[in-house]
Amino acid sequence: MDNIVQTQLEIPLVMGQPLEQLPDDLFIPPNALELCLETFSGPMDLLLYLIKKENIDILELNVADITNQYVEYIELMDALKFELAAEYLVMAATLAEIKSRMLLPKPESEEDELDPRTELIKRLQEYQRFKTASEQMAILPRVDRDFYTASAGLPKFEKKQVSLDININDLRDIFNEIITRPDLKVNHQIAFEELSTQDRIRLILQILSKRNIIGFNKTIRKKEGKQGVAVSLLASLELAKDGLVELIQNEENEIYIKSISRSLS
Amino acid sequence: MITKKIINTVEALLFGAGRPLRLSEIKALLEIDFGQLELSTIKIALNDLEERYIESSLELQEVASGYRIQVKQDFSSCLSSLWTDKSNKLSKSLMETISIIAYKQPVTRGDIEDIRGVSVSTQTVRSLLEREWIKISGYRDVPGRPALYSTTHNFLNDFNIKKISELPPLPDLEEVAEDFSLQAI
Repeated sequence: MDNIVQTQLEIPLVMGQPLEQLPDDLFIPPNALELCLETFSGPMDLLLYLIKKENIDILELNVADITNQYVEYIELMDALKFELAAEYLVMAATLAEIKSRMLLPKPESEEDELDPRTELIKRLQEYQRFKTASEQMAILPRVDRDFYTASAGLPKFEKKQVSLDININDLRDIFNEIITRPDLKVNHQIAFEELSTQDRIRLILQILSKRNIIGFNKTIRKKEGKQGVAVSLLASLELAKDGLVELIQNEENEIYIKSISRSLS
Repeated sequence: MITKKIINTVEALLFGAGRPLRLSEIKALLEIDFGQLELSTIKIALNDLEERYIESSLELQEVASGYRIQVKQDFSSCLSSLWTDKSNKLSKSLMETISIIAYKQPVTRGDIEDIRGVSVSTQTVRSLLEREWIKISGYRDVPGRPALYSTTHNFLNDFNIKKISELPPLPDLEEVAEDFSLQAI
């Protein structure tokens, strides 16, 4: 690993000038892992730094150089901090893309096409705003660093004797109440459905095979009560859903079940 | 009918509470012992304390969660060595994250990542949540329903301010644009 770093330090040129200090000219410094943790908070930060401090001109960039660094970086990259490195790689790829798009001759018809650098600059500017804001915020007076809150030891608290207004009889009553409580949990018998929707469907279809239409109230027997109504309703809705019958309501609000297909029985 | 006793009780509350106290809280606590009180009485008591501390090392400060007594900043150099361990060194990325939340709240992690160009580590978010500087204030109505983060009263308290607008203004785009432009890139 040291070898690669060594050779990298010899090559770099910025705007044609060899750079003596390390590793400012590297878009993806080999030690970016530590570097970005300690110095830069991410690829945006690093790029901003390069642009401002080193006056790097994207136009002057040698794509081959970036690509070489790119590949070397991948080789250097251990599994550790993989996601961190990935973000630097994205930035390098973006730069390479910008460079290559700028190298392409611009067809005259596409004069209006956006400068490929615009998007990156916009992002950099937005980032710059918050970077500045965060630096301003960092020097704001902060608790336990620049100022301290004052507090005093507490006096001995008088133990308030909580007098419970309760006597033995109350205790007995409460106990009584508790042991009678389970009695309130009566078993609940759930009756099985006596009428089946399936049977009702069969019944309705049977009737409809003989006549074309039947009044809804004719499908119910009085003694079945509410349950009968519910079952008939479910059955007719089921049939209507399947497109076998049509439900019609006349002006007197009476519902009729009308057969659609004759082939059913 | 403000008495020395009332003023001293207010002072006792502020020293003993261990957190900022609201005007209404102070009033309610005092009324246990003193009966019905006007809010203005509490204010007079606070003013009185403020004057009392002028010559001392203490000061009364109003922050987002109410009033508290704190040590004047002039004495912080002396005190700082006692407190240095308390993880007061905040990383650059943590400061960037909290500033994006403070100025653009409510924001999702994705919003923060868009601006910073790096993923926001869980550790950073957790550390901000642990400091009670941020809270989840809702969920954005998009696929995945990402959490929206906002700053808390505690954040304001810790920066000695009452509301977000007291933060230094966010630099304008134009201001930033002067720093570097298309030519620079």
